[in-house]
Amino acid sequence: MTHIGQPLPRAATARLVAGRGSYLDDVSARGEVHAAFLRSPYPHAGFRITGTEAARALPGVVAVLTEADLAAVCQPWQTKTGSAPGMVSPPQRALAKDEACYQGEPIAMVLALSRAVAEDAAELVEVEWQELPAITNLAAALEADAPPAHQGLTSNLAWSTELKGGDIEAAFAAAALVVEDRLTFTRSTGVTLEPRGVLAQYNPASQALEVRISHQMPHQLQRHLADLLGVPLGRVRVICPDVGGGFGLKMHVYPDEIATCAAARLLGRPVRFVADRAEALLSDIHAREHIVEARMAVDAEGRILGFDVQDVQGLGAYSIFPRSSTTEGVSALRSLGAPYRFSAYRGRLRSVLQNKVPTGQYRSVGHPVGIAVAERLVDLAAAARGEDPLEFRRRNLVAQAEMPWVNPLGARMAELSHQQCLAKLEALLDLPTLRTEIAAMRAAGRCIGLGFASIVEFTATGPEGYGRAGVLVAAVDTVVLSLEPSGEVTARASISEIGQGTTQGLAQVVSDALGVAPDQVLMGSGDTATTPHGGGAWASRGAAIGGEAAWGAGRKLRAEVLAAAAALLQCAPETLDVRDGRITDASGPRMTLAELAETVTFRGYELPAGVQPQLTVAHHYRREQDTALTTNGFQASLVEIDAETGIITPLRHWAVGDCGRLLNPLLVEGQVRGGVVQGIGEALFEACRYDETGQFLSGTLADYLLPMAGEMPDITVAHVETPYSGSVLGAKGAGEAGTAGAPAAILNAVNDALAPHGASVSELPVTPGVVLRALGRLA
Amino acid sequence: MLPPDEPTAAIACTVNGQAIRTQVPLRRSLVDWLRHDVGLTGSHVGCEHGVCGACHVRVDGLVVRGCLMLAVQADGAAIETIEGAADALTLALQQAFFEKAALQCGFCTPGMILQAAELLAANPAPSRAEVREALSGNYCRCTGYQPIVDAVMAVGAALHAK
Repeated sequence: MTHIGQPLPRAATARLVAGRGSYLDDVSARGEVHAAFLRSPYPHAGFRITGTEAARALPGVVAVLTEADLAAVCQPWQTKTGSAPGMVSPPQRALAKDEACYQGEPIAMVLALSRAVAEDAAELVEVEWQELPAITNLAAALEADAPPAHQGLTSNLAWSTELKGGDIEAAFAAAALVVEDRLTFTRSTGVTLEPRGVLAQYNPASQALEVRISHQMPHQLQRHLADLLGVPLGRVRVICPDVGGGFGLKMHVYPDEIATCAAARLLGRPVRFVADRAEALLSDIHAREHIVEARMAVDAEGRILGFDVQDVQGLGAYSIFPRSSTTEGVSALRSLGAPYRFSAYRGRLRSVLQNKVPTGQYRSVGHPVGIAVAERLVDLAAAARGEDPLEFRRRNLVAQAEMPWVNPLGARMAELSHQQCLAKLEALLDLPTLRTEIAAMRAAGRCIGLGFASIVEFTATGPEGYGRAGVLVAAVDTVVLSLEPSGEVTARASISEIGQGTTQGLAQVVSDALGVAPDQVLMGSGDTATTPHGGGAWASRGAAIGGEAAWGAGRKLRAEVLAAAAALLQCAPETLDVRDGRITDASGPRMTLAELAETVTFRGYELPAGVQPQLTVAHHYRREQDTALTTNGFQASLVEIDAETGIITPLRHWAVGDCGRLLNPLLVEGQVRGGVVQGIGEALFEACRYDETGQFLSGTLADYLLPMAGEMPDITVAHVETPYSGSVLGAKGAGEAGTAGAPAAILNAVNDALAPHGASVSELPVTPGVVLRALGRLA
Repeated sequence: MLPPDEPTAAIACTVNGQAIRTQVPLRRSLVDWLRHDVGLTGSHVGCEHGVCGACHVRVDGLVVRGCLMLAVQADGAAIETIEGAADALTLALQQAFFEKAALQCGFCTPGMILQAAELLAANPAPSRAEVREALSGNYCRCTGYQPIVDAVMAVGAALHAK
């Protein structure tokens, strides 16, 4: 292997730095019309559309559509999953029917010759609104007198579950120390810099739907479009061009996108919808709204005995289709305390409907919540015992000799390297020196804190995850390779590229598997017409699952190449090798791959009888064991608080992780740093806020704050490599670990800084107001 | 296609050195006009309210938010987009961004590079803090900014060495 593990720049970015990318809104179709949506201004209201004539009469308007129009070509959908049996989530439609259940829910659409005119006309649609009581506050949603989020519901409790194992009562009865806290997490959202968008075309003559869309998983969407619009799957083509950020946001079924496809079918002409930022913030999935009450039992020797957790999770108006928003709550409970040895666990999850934007899977689903809760409790316990927080962690981390480890929740963890990661972190931090520096800064009156987080992440979900739940999500992938007459290799992967660099990693894998330079491997992905059905981009699966498919395909092609060459050279295939695009034997190069492919393609008569080289091969990979691949790591954060303004400045950040074999460290480190900053944003700035009446307050990027270059620290990244033993390459997931641990590290650092002032915080984001209230300087 | 009674005005300007005379809708932003009418899609639309910086273009040599300027305001101006930016700084930054993986999805990158080129033109040897400050009007959601700072510092160091 010569290219796997090399920090090669990602070939595709040469286009992007030159402004020569092709994002959704960079391509138009002749005759296209632009869609704008009339969205509910109320969090909860009955409505009747009483007039569309004025809108239709506006020059440039092509059509005004309501639910009644779309119903002819588009079915409603309802989220159901075996993972959340009995869950209540009402049917959802491309355009709402009679009742709007969150502010921003689309109720009508206008198609016009320009987006501007479509927006003008949307304002002319006449609607009779009947405002209904709305429930947005998570804590209040389960109270007996809370208004229902949907008319006719008797409770806002969509689903509840209890995950438990071991004797929780005995654990707490035996505890020498019990620490507890109540942590609140305000919802945040992904804010891909490229908003969602779709360009749909329907050809009535061939009854074929072609959809270009900024999306993470073309095949998943192809299936849902086929089902919802009643078009045979094979006649639905979904193309995901360059995608300007995904983060989990672009993997759900959104009403406005389905409505756009339905409108294209009704009109028989191309329809474009590109969300503007305000409607993106008000219609993209939100995530991570939780109130968690948690207790941890510790024995006299400082060993964790158990966790007792109550999590109330906000779903918004619907549990998101198709994967269900409840996944986040379960993931939060599963990640809570996962690095540690304990014998009893009780986690109660209540998932609650609200008149808010639906929540959904967002980078590192649930983990940031569970990890923040556990790491806060761990710091409280260390403080109560008067010991170093790292010493407390060290004692409780599951040791390598104990693995595979199945904790009381039934979460299986294997091949983790907690101790090595901790040792590496301590070396990076140079802790004695850092502690001295912190003491000096504090002595000078500065409010400084250092915080840690230990992380286990469940990545690269296999077929059992959604498969057993009856949710149509592929956890398998295929790579197809063709040796071209030029000697180049074209690769088509069902894995998709959303900027993480997965396709670069796969090119390096194919390169080593076959024996060609990586720049001779031309990767294609993101198009259902050219790639086999597969999972796309979710759960940090590109390297661990896509990589195996790429390796298998490369080895198959290599075997075909060697067999064909051996037939031509009249020798045994075992005497040949493929190196840097050349077929070699002990004497040196014998022919190039281009010469071989030219012979096979254009001069087939030269081949011996019976030799049928397969220069196009496919390899499908299905992991047969391990529902998820566990990864582990540590993060540390150094922050400074301005006690006058409450502003928190992250000064430095460290991340040590073990994601198995690194296919490309340059790209993995990009994932880690980007993920950490996303986590810092969640910890300090980002919040989807609603007022008491349910009005959304975070509809611009001046209100929804993202991390900027000037306020972010440099991040030191290091790796421990424990290859996954169940695969050829040994790669595990790398894309989400940064986001998983950063909020916990920041929260602990802030509390470390506040501790000398007798203050603490228990909510994210930790805004200046939260700090000042904790310090008693703000009411 | 323009709706029948969309108000327009005539403008004349150059875009990447090419002289253009045309009618533009009064309410069309400069970046929308460049993208949808001229066909230069390298500048992107991320927020349409002047926060994210993805729409940066040069107007008469200065980097501006293409979403906060109307196309009609570009009458008489010399406009340059990432596709036409062939100055040595921009080219060096593009290469450095590529080598240091200073982009992932790439949506912010053209705006970021134009902003960085303007910084280095004014201050060829900025500190990391100065680079971070200068780029704080350009959001990147993918990289965490550090490789972007690294790339700009590398180009700055190369300039300094000359």
